[in-house]
Amino acid sequence: MSGESTLIQELRALEAEALEAVEATAGADELEVVRVAYLGRKDGRISAILRRLGELDASERPAVGAEANRVKATLGEALDARGRQLEAAEEMAGILDEADLSLPARSRFVGARHPVTIVVDELWEIFRGLGFTRARGPETETEWYNFEALNTPLDHPAADEQDTIYLSGGHLLRSHTSPVQVRVMEGYAPPIRVLAPGMVYRRDTYDATHAPAFAQLEGLVVDEGITFVDLKATLAEFARRYWGPGTRIRFRPSFFPFTEPSAEVDVKRVYLDAEGREHETDWLEIMGAGMVDPAVLESAGIDSERYTGFAFGMGPGRIGMLKYGISDIRAYFENDVRFLQQFARR
Amino acid sequence: MNVSFRWIRDLAPELEIGPDEMAARLTARGFPVEGRLDLSRGLREIRVARVEAVRGHPNADRLRLCDVNDGGEVVQVVCGAPNVEAGAWYPFAPVGATLPGGMTIRKAKLRGEVSMGMLCSESELGLGSGADGLLTLHGSFSPGESFVDAVGLDDHRLDVEVTSNRPDLLSHRGIARELLRGGDGGIRLPAIPGESEGGRARVEGLEHREGDGSGVRSDRASVRIDDAERCPRYLGLVIRGVTVEPSPEWLQARLRAVGARPINNVVDATNYVLQELGQPLHAFDLDRIEGGSVVVRRAREGERIHTLDGVERALTPEMLAICDAERPIAIAGVMGGEESEVTVDTRDVFLECALFAPGPIRATRKALGLSTDASYRFERGADPAGLTEALIRCARVIQAVAGGEVEGPVLDEAEHRHHPARLTLRPERVERVLGVGFDESSIRSLLEPLGFTVESSTGGALSVGVPGWRSWDVTREVDLIEEIARTHGYDRFPDTLGAYRPGTVPDDPRFALEDRIRTEFSAWGLHEAQTPAFAPKGEGEVEVLNPISTEERWLRSSLLPALLRRVEYNLARGNRDVRLYEIGTTFRTGEPGAPPEERTHLASVLHGRRAPEHWSRPDEALEFWDVKGLLEAIVDVVGPGELRLEPDSLVTDAPAEAFVPDARLAILDARGNLRGRGGAIDPARVDLPPWAGTVWGLELEIPTPDRAPESGTVRPLPAHPGTDRDLALVVPDGQPFREVLTHLEEGGGEYLRGARVFDLYRGEGIPEGSRSIAVRLHFRADDRTLTDHEVDGVIEMLSRTLKEELGVGIRGE
Repeated sequence: MSGESTLIQELRALEAEALEAVEATAGADELEVVRVAYLGRKDGRISAILRRLGELDASERPAVGAEANRVKATLGEALDARGRQLEAAEEMAGILDEADLSLPARSRFVGARHPVTIVVDELWEIFRGLGFTRARGPETETEWYNFEALNTPLDHPAADEQDTIYLSGGHLLRSHTSPVQVRVMEGYAPPIRVLAPGMVYRRDTYDATHAPAFAQLEGLVVDEGITFVDLKATLAEFARRYWGPGTRIRFRPSFFPFTEPSAEVDVKRVYLDAEGREHETDWLEIMGAGMVDPAVLESAGIDSERYTGFAFGMGPGRIGMLKYGISDIRAYFENDVRFLQQFARR
Repeated sequence: MNVSFRWIRDLAPELEIGPDEMAARLTARGFPVEGRLDLSRGLREIRVARVEAVRGHPNADRLRLCDVNDGGEVVQVVCGAPNVEAGAWYPFAPVGATLPGGMTIRKAKLRGEVSMGMLCSESELGLGSGADGLLTLHGSFSPGESFVDAVGLDDHRLDVEVTSNRPDLLSHRGIARELLRGGDGGIRLPAIPGESEGGRARVEGLEHREGDGSGVRSDRASVRIDDAERCPRYLGLVIRGVTVEPSPEWLQARLRAVGARPINNVVDATNYVLQELGQPLHAFDLDRIEGGSVVVRRAREGERIHTLDGVERALTPEMLAICDAERPIAIAGVMGGEESEVTVDTRDVFLECALFAPGPIRATRKALGLSTDASYRFERGADPAGLTEALIRCARVIQAVAGGEVEGPVLDEAEHRHHPARLTLRPERVERVLGVGFDESSIRSLLEPLGFTVESSTGGALSVGVPGWRSWDVTREVDLIEEIARTHGYDRFPDTLGAYRPGTVPDDPRFALEDRIRTEFSAWGLHEAQTPAFAPKGEGEVEVLNPISTEERWLRSSLLPALLRRVEYNLARGNRDVRLYEIGTTFRTGEPGAPPEERTHLASVLHGRRAPEHWSRPDEALEFWDVKGLLEAIVDVVGPGELRLEPDSLVTDAPAEAFVPDARLAILDARGNLRGRGGAIDPARVDLPPWAGTVWGLELEIPTPDRAPESGTVRPLPAHPGTDRDLALVVPDGQPFREVLTHLEEGGGEYLRGARVFDLYRGEGIPEGSRSIAVRLHFRADDRTLTDHEVDGVIEMLSRTLKEELGVGIRGE
């Protein structure tokens, strides 16, 4: 009994010693020395113990043999694992030619969408959730689509107010995205729920808040039973989803030839700061809206007694200026990469 | 529209609100107040003073010494104004007073003479650009009284934005009515200072002589309308024996408060009534109206007129003119003529109060480039029911401020007279549009205060009478519905989201495609840019008729030039790594009569490094192969299976000015048509700093997808291992690798799954005029592991046919 337990105990002590020696190695060469010292066939210490197997009774030998194999296997795994560890460390040592890990990292170029695109995408996401699809129309238009079909007679001062840019041949650059309303209503029967983002053009010289070309986003809903309450509800829901649940919305009477009643829509953001204090912004003028004028429905061949609708229009560029604190609209067109880079990962 | 706060309060004394509240209410009613000006700002220390005596300055010809009485001691003031006169009243800044411009008046010596204050001009007081010289005050004052009180500057001017549908608000009475909601006749016009009871009675009792379209006349004057469509009604009146001189201070103050310039008492009276009631009027010197006959007719070809602004203008038959027996004396509804102008010599006045149709006034105003207070109102529409009232009011003011005697009869020429419109209003329709029901009594209580009359009609409908001043914008049932909503208050409508039906319009697939393009560019580390569509000569075909700048008069036919300017812009600011792309519309001349042809283009420009600077390795500049990779990726997103790339020189001789000839690729569609290009930009096309490297660019047309793209399915992963074989091909320089690759792919059999280039070598061991391209071919079967024998056979066959068909050898063989 004592013989058996002595050999097994020796094996176990050897195992503990060997594992410690493996952990202590600092390189592949040292590891090889340890391997040979313990597992070497000729001079290895485990082999040395096994050679003493003959001293034991035949009945004891299998147990000691099994223990010796277990120790060999454990040691072998430990050697392999340490070997991989040392290899990885060696590899890193090859890469890290500088031991100071606080030096700047290597990066790659990260692209970005234009801020106006980002806003259009965000607005679209919300209106998609409210059942809208997207439509588009040409940027060069006729007076019919830009004015007359929108209940704006050419000899009415309202036709002047948008400072239209004219092209030869009786064509013009659309001064708003509203012509898309007419084109959609000509092409599709109600129910209609569309969003029409696009560029519009006006004869404005550049300053901090004006540019001759800018993005606009039009919405149009036409169906039976659409009312002013639906208009208010849709835009209030939109505002809460975009600016946060505490956002308030205000409708002020206004005039657009193609809607009646017409309204300017203002929003006021109410939000909590990091300390939980409530803040609110001023009323921000965000868009124009109204019930589609029956004359517009009729121009597009829709029965205005049966169908009613609402429309709204907003400027993603302006919304972006408010949102990102951009003080000069010209930044959108300068395309300075130091500006554009700030919209990466937004 | 400039609105005087005090004027509104005088018209509506029961409106007990301050200027801030007035501005807030107007804004809430839909007429935002864009600005507010305290007219007394900086003027509280200014007094009214009388100059008692004027003497020459002993040491200066241009200066005068004045004895000024400002209620205290009479002081000496040195004055350089040419118009200073003894006995006249002027605004006076005593020593210690600060002017609106910030200057503080001190006791001074001017050329040796003491000056104890300053007599002021209009511009020194910030009251306008005024002519040279002191502001002479007209009226009775006491020396030393507050200038602000004396001339009515204790007031605020509100700049109200009146929407173009509401001409009735282009007057102080209209604004007061909107604020007060007092209904028809709810505003009582204030008394006219200086008017006698008898004078008023005489004017109001004048005979009214109505014509029937064939003309109307009195002893002194006659009126005839030749174009009743453009001038539906014309009223005239003679005022005899006026004394034309500067207006009394109360009238000047009213005009100054709204930013108008006083001229003389007769003209000021017409401007006063225009501001008060919104009706433009014009006063003629009756003696300058040939034959006393006023004819409203189209101008004749070649007729000319000197207008009041001192310009001679050619008239056309498209323009309506007010003429005497011989020639035009005014451009109807726009501006009067100089020859018939009221001057100090005028004795008898012919006062016009007419209605002109909006459209033609607008056309005339645009043709002449001449916008006036009158044309602005006529273009939007004057109150057809308010003409007589305005004429009588103006005659009373003239009589009160310029003397003379109004002489009957009132000449009133019209073929048809205005009758108030009645509209049918269905309460159920109100609910259908607004989503909230209004019964008859609530409709009545909302509309009647605005001057509408509401009566019951048949079938539950209402009949609504429209007041004259709303006859231009309230012509349909829906216009009344808006009035109901506006007066009820937009904020009182609920905003509960109800159910809705999905629409019939499919999402336009172009949006989704552009979104995928943007995602791809973002992944390649590029920034999206936006440039306006306006381009200089040579960069577009479609010309703008009224350009913003004379240089950028065309609409772009390509995006690249503007993006290259963005590269220049960025490099000039030291931004070295510039990687931009843009998706935008380009324009080309369309078929004759058709609109310009629009195409959506995609363009990109790149300059600088392949990756951000890092201290561990030297910078590497972008190379052709980076750009080709980007192009392949983009082409694959934009037109998968439809667009392909070829070296440009091989496939097209179309001009490609922007690019370096040897370093550009063509983008072709399935039918071989050129759809775009990419490559190195010709350095001559960009203005770059000396340290700049190669600029790369690409531009292509985005085809219009007819539907959203199929999402596609994944390929299953291989179940059996494949095997690679390397071939070192010796390819003659004239032989494009693309064809070699096609040969390999087509001849490689069903087990060839890929071929990629892993090395290119020229030099020793390779014949002159050839290069070695090492290709790794990957073979795999789906159902088993291929044997070497199978693959060897394919390689042998490929080696043979490459040599035979393309002259491509295998290195070492």
